[in-house]
Amino acid sequence: MIFASQPDIQLFRQCCLRKKNVSDSQTASPEAVDEERRDFIHIAAVTATVVGAGAVAYPLVSQMNPAGDTKAASSLEVDTSKIPLGGEIRVLIGGKPFFLRHRTSEEIAAAAGVPLDRLPDPQTDADRLVPLPDGALNPAMLITSGTCTHLGCVPVGPSQGNTGDYGGWYCPCHGSHYDTSGRIRKGPAPKNLAIPNYEYVTPGVVKISL
Amino acid sequence: MSGHESTYTPNSGFEKWLDSRLPIVRLAHDSFVDFPTPKNLNYWYTFGGILAVCLAIQIITGIVLAMHYTATVDEAFASVERIMRDVPFGWLLRYVHAVGASMFFLAVYVHMFRGLYYGSYKAPREVLWLLGCVIFLLMMATAFLGYMLPWGQMSLHGANVIIGLFGAIPLVGEGIQTWLMGGPSIGNQTLQRFFSLHYLLPFMIAGVVILHIWALHVPGNNNPTGVEVKDVEKDTVPFHPYYTVKDGFAIVLFLIIFAGFVFYAPNVLGHADNYIEANPLVTPAHIVPEWYLLPFYAILRAITFDIGPIQAKLLGVIFMFGSIAVLFALPWLDTSKVKSMRYRPVAKQFFLGFVAAALLLGWCGASNPDDPIIPLGEDKLQVSYTTEAGVDGVAVFEAYDDAAAFRSEKLAEGSTASIAIKKASAFRFIHLAQILTAYYFAYFLIILPYLGLRETPKDEPDAIHKAVLGSAHGAAAVPAE
Ligand code: HEM
Ligand code: FES
Repeated sequence: MIFASQPDIQLFRQCCLRKKNVSDSQTASPEAVDEERRDFIHIAAVTATVVGAGAVAYPLVSQMNPAGDTKAASSLEVDTSKIPLGGEIRVLIGGKPFFLRHRTSEEIAAAAGVPLDRLPDPQTDADRLVPLPDGALNPAMLITSGTCTHLGCVPVGPSQGNTGDYGGWYCPCHGSHYDTSGRIRKGPAPKNLAIPNYEYVTPGVVKISL
Repeated sequence: MSGHESTYTPNSGFEKWLDSRLPIVRLAHDSFVDFPTPKNLNYWYTFGGILAVCLAIQIITGIVLAMHYTATVDEAFASVERIMRDVPFGWLLRYVHAVGASMFFLAVYVHMFRGLYYGSYKAPREVLWLLGCVIFLLMMATAFLGYMLPWGQMSLHGANVIIGLFGAIPLVGEGIQTWLMGGPSIGNQTLQRFFSLHYLLPFMIAGVVILHIWALHVPGNNNPTGVEVKDVEKDTVPFHPYYTVKDGFAIVLFLIIFAGFVFYAPNVLGHADNYIEANPLVTPAHIVPEWYLLPFYAILRAITFDIGPIQAKLLGVIFMFGSIAVLFALPWLDTSKVKSMRYRPVAKQFFLGFVAAALLLGWCGASNPDDPIIPLGEDKLQVSYTTEAGVDGVAVFEAYDDAAAFRSEKLAEGSTASIAIKKASAFRFIHLAQILTAYYFAYFLIILPYLGLRETPKDEPDAIHKAVLGSAHGAAAVPAE
């Protein structure tokens, strides 16, 4: 049956496709036949395509996330014993800056002596330190993130000769002043310089992780 | 125009053969030779052609630059310097590309203001306008990505600020940021993807430009009267030679200005800090985007207050993106039936105010927000001290000597004391930016919707040809602008 004439098709429909309403199928267009089964095929086909497109899109989008080696390079061990008194060093981990500052006793005293109610983001100096392996605090070594909490500039500090009004750091971008504990004291930044995840491997070596 | 019959007749046998297979010559003929164009288009209407030239220039110079450019953090800066010093004519190609970006934006802003003034966004040209807004967005993205490539200080820290904006989005912000940067910070992987996308987007722009011209050729051009073409015979002339020549002339003038920048002042539109190689440990004192993004940057920084639970930082981002989003909504915001502001005496004043606001916002974006524009008093010196007993105090001085003497006195008493400048109150850039931002949004969201209902427009001419010949009744006798 290569060229089916119209009556042939009707006959085929009547005998072979078990349509509920035969008289209906006689008048309806071929598309209307077996509507539910066609709907099912449409929905199934579209669903399969959408799921397939999603499966293809996922790796294409996900490839932009940090790669394995990028993630692996996310911690660093730093020798703090060489930092001069009153000075700081700056390290980059995964491209992010961190400050390690060897504070003088005056700076430690200034940081510890501020009443909490005078701080926009209240935190004691001790809260911002991590204990040595033996459990004691080492207030001489302050380790903070080097990213201004306002819009992410890198503040200047003792190595640039400007420590701001409170002796800690100064962010030249929009004028945020941080104190010797890295706490925000004045300016638009809302929060203290963050304290990174770090631990003392030995009293003179810290391991900082992102 | 859509109703227009094709007048193309293939001459040679080859043209006939091709025409029945791919009627591309016919398409070009009907679009750019015999396309019926209103008689009265002025020079503001030449910027479309100028923009097409700009896109071609960016793509051509960009592709050649890419032959010499290296997208790695260790080599990008040096490869651009090599283009400048060693590659034959590299200096020219790079300056044309860098200046070209600025000229592109100059042209697009004129083109958009033109549309705002003559009401070209109104029915039946809404889709045309929307496609234009999409092109504008893509252009901003392309320029932002391109500015990263020379890997100078502004490249890195500017991109840092912009990517940082996404961090303001609640919950997903940080994830998006990491995803965009491909790591904890902007690094090699970021530069590489920026280069890839910087190469891609201009071709997407080219695609949208084709849709834009298609959407233009369905209703046909708007014109300075805003009156639609009624009689093709009387109101229009063929695109060629009338507008090919007019556009051509404008393009030549534009290229002269372009060349003036390239050869005499290639760096005035840029920033000197970008000739210092990127260093993540040193932030430039003053981070500013390229001039063409300054008004939006000013809007971002103008929002320094919280509204309800929304913090200032996020609100600034919302306003900045909102200032572009509102352009998309414009066809449905302006309620006036009259297109051209020639016949809208009140709206015209507000429009001029809008142009001024946009320019002044640019000025605010370039300036330090806290700098005074109009000082109201003199800066003073303030000594703050805390006595040993824990009592705080401040004292204000005019002269440094007095302040220093007072500080020494306090220090001698065993108090802590420090001197700081106490800024006098002033009308600052931040205040100006806030006023202008308010006007920017009011123009679209209040003035245009309201004015369309209340304003009494002047009489429009009956037809374009009457306006041109000055024989129309009523306002058509107003001299052309
Ligand atoms: C919409 C069109 C385009 C715009 C607005 C644009 C914009 C820019 C901008 C602003 C820069 C930085 C210039 C500087 O300060 O040095 C740049 C650099 C660059 N662009 Fe484009 N560009 C466009 C198209 C292209 C295309 C199609 C390519 C092709 C690959 C390309 C390749 C490059 C390269 C290799 C650089 C780095 C070299 C340099 O800094 O001069 N651009 N682009
Ligand atoms: S980024 Fe530091 S004050 Fe704005």
